[in-house]
Amino acid sequence: MKGGFEIKQVQKLFWVNQTTCWLSLEGPIDAQPGQFVMIWLPGIGEKPFSIASMDPFCVLVVGVGTFSHALQKLSGGDPIWVKGPLGHGFSVDGQRLLLVGGGYGSAPLLPLAKAARAQNSQVLVCLGAQNSASILLSDAFENLGFQVSVTTDDGSRGQKGLVTSIVEQALQASDFDTLFACGPVGMLTTLAKICCEHQLDYQLSWEAHMRCGLGLCGSCEVPQTFDPSLPVGWLACYDGPVFRKRW
Amino acid sequence: MIGLSIPNINVNIGKIVLNNPLVLASGVMGTSPTLLERVALAGAGAVTAKSCGPEPRAGHPNPVMVEWEHGLINAIGLTNPGVEEEVHLLKEAQEKLSPLKIPLIASIFAGTVEAYGQVARAIVAAEPDMIEVNISCPNVQDDFGLPFAADWRSAADVTRSVKRAVGDIPITVKLAPNVPDIGRIAQAVVEAGANAITAINTMPGMLINADASRPVLFNCSGGISGPALKPIALHCVTEIAQAVEVPIIGTGGVLTGRDAIEMMMAGATAVGVGSALWYRGPDAFELIKAEMIAFLEQHNYRSVDEIIGKVHKA
Repeated sequence: MKGGFEIKQVQKLFWVNQTTCWLSLEGPIDAQPGQFVMIWLPGIGEKPFSIASMDPFCVLVVGVGTFSHALQKLSGGDPIWVKGPLGHGFSVDGQRLLLVGGGYGSAPLLPLAKAARAQNSQVLVCLGAQNSASILLSDAFENLGFQVSVTTDDGSRGQKGLVTSIVEQALQASDFDTLFACGPVGMLTTLAKICCEHQLDYQLSWEAHMRCGLGLCGSCEVPQTFDPSLPVGWLACYDGPVFRKRW
Repeated sequence: MIGLSIPNINVNIGKIVLNNPLVLASGVMGTSPTLLERVALAGAGAVTAKSCGPEPRAGHPNPVMVEWEHGLINAIGLTNPGVEEEVHLLKEAQEKLSPLKIPLIASIFAGTVEAYGQVARAIVAAEPDMIEVNISCPNVQDDFGLPFAADWRSAADVTRSVKRAVGDIPITVKLAPNVPDIGRIAQAVVEAGANAITAINTMPGMLINADASRPVLFNCSGGISGPALKPIALHCVTEIAQAVEVPIIGTGGVLTGRDAIEMMMAGATAVGVGSALWYRGPDAFELIKAEMIAFLEQHNYRSVDEIIGKVHKA
C-alpha cells in the first residue's frame, strides 16, 4: 500500500551547508533512482521529497519554509511518516551519461550515479547553483570516481554562468548516450531544447506543485510549453517525476 | 456473423451518445483542458470536469489524500479557479473534445440555492454537453454547512434553480450516499427537472493514525472512494433505479470490467471511474473497457444495453 503512510524513525541529521541537511531514516527503501516520497509531519503538513539515497534511506532537506525547518529540528529516534516510493524514476540507459543538477536538483541524481557506477558507465556530472555554498553533493559524486564540473551564478565556484553553458561545452567535446537532469523548470526547458538540437536521449525530473501525490488531484501537471515532447496532460507525481525521451 | 461481432458498448444518457459507458468522475484529473483531453484520449466515454463554484478556492492543506486498506480517502476541498475562469477552461476543453466526439460534463457547486443558479447560468457560455450539479461534496461543511443532498427539499430547490438557468443543456444531480432514503431524494430532483442522476459521491469517513494520535487528513474527515465504496454505490444505484426512470451514472469503487458490469446491472446506464486511475494506472479506461467486452462476449450479450438494470428484471 504505497499510497498510505508508514512510520519511520529518524536516524540522524547531517548538515551539508548552512541551510541544507541530510536526513537519514532507519533501514533502506526499495525504490528506483528518481522516485520520491511524501513526508508527513502530523500537525505541520506533508511535502514531496526526492529520495537522495536508498540504503540507508535519506532525503536532502533544504530549509525553505515551515515544513522543511520542522524537519531540520528533528533528531535521532524521532518518528516521521512516509508515503511512497511514488512515481517513475530514472533508468540507466547507455554507457556514456551526462548528469545535470541545478541547486538541490542534484539530490535524485546521486542514487542514479550510484546505479551507473554499478554498471560501469562513464559519467560526467555538471552542477550549477547560485553560489558556492549552494553547490550540493559535488564531493559525493567525486567519491564515486566521477568528474564534476561546476558553474555558479556569481562565479564564487567553478565557471561563472548557467550550468546549461557547460552542458553545451560537454556536448561539443564528447558524445553521450543520455542526459539526465533535475533542477528548476527554466534549466530543464533549456536542456530539453539542447537535447532536441543534438537528438540526444534525455530523462528530466520535473518539479511541480504536488498535493495528492497519487495522480488524481491534477495539481502537478507539467505543460507542453515547458517541453513540447511531454505528452498532453502529463502529471509529475503520476507519470513522472522523470520524463524519458528517446529519439 | 452476429456471434462473431464485438458487443456494442455505446450508451445514451438522454440525447448524449457515449462510445462506451465509462465516464471520468468529477474531481479526478479534470482540472485543466489538457488533462480532460488526456483522459478522453485514454478511452473515457465522457469526461467530467472538477467541480467549480462562484469564487476561486485553494482547497485544504496537505495531507489531502491517502490510500488505506480498502480504498482511498480524500479531502481536496473543492480546489477550483472560480466560475469566471472555469468558463474559459471549459471552452478550451470543449474545443479539444468535440473533434474526439467525447462529451464534456461540467460540474458546479455553490453555497446557496441562488448561487447554484448563478454559477449554472455562467457555465452555459462554455456549452458543455451536460452539467453535473454537485450537491454532495463531503469535505466543505465548515464553509457551506450540510450538503444540499442531505434533504430532498433542498436538493429539489437547487435542481430547480439550476434547471431554470441552463436552458436546453441537460443536468445530472450528484447525490450523497449517507442519507436514509436516496430513492426519495432522486425522485425529488427528477421531479424538479434533473435529466439524470450521478450516484454516488464519496462516503464521509476519517482515518486516524494511532502512532501520531491525529487524523491523517488535514481536514480530519474526508471522502472514501475505491473498493470500500462499491457495495454502498451498488446499493444506492439500486434504490435510485427503482425510484426513477432517468439514466444513472453509477459511480463508486469501479476498478474492473466486472465492477462496471455490476454497476450497470444495478441500474446504471453509464459508470463513473475515478480511483481506478490510481489502482490500475493511466490505462484504467482501456483495461476496464476490454474486460467489459470480454464479459459481454463470454455471456453472449450483443449490446451492453441488455445488462442495464438486469438485477431488477431477474
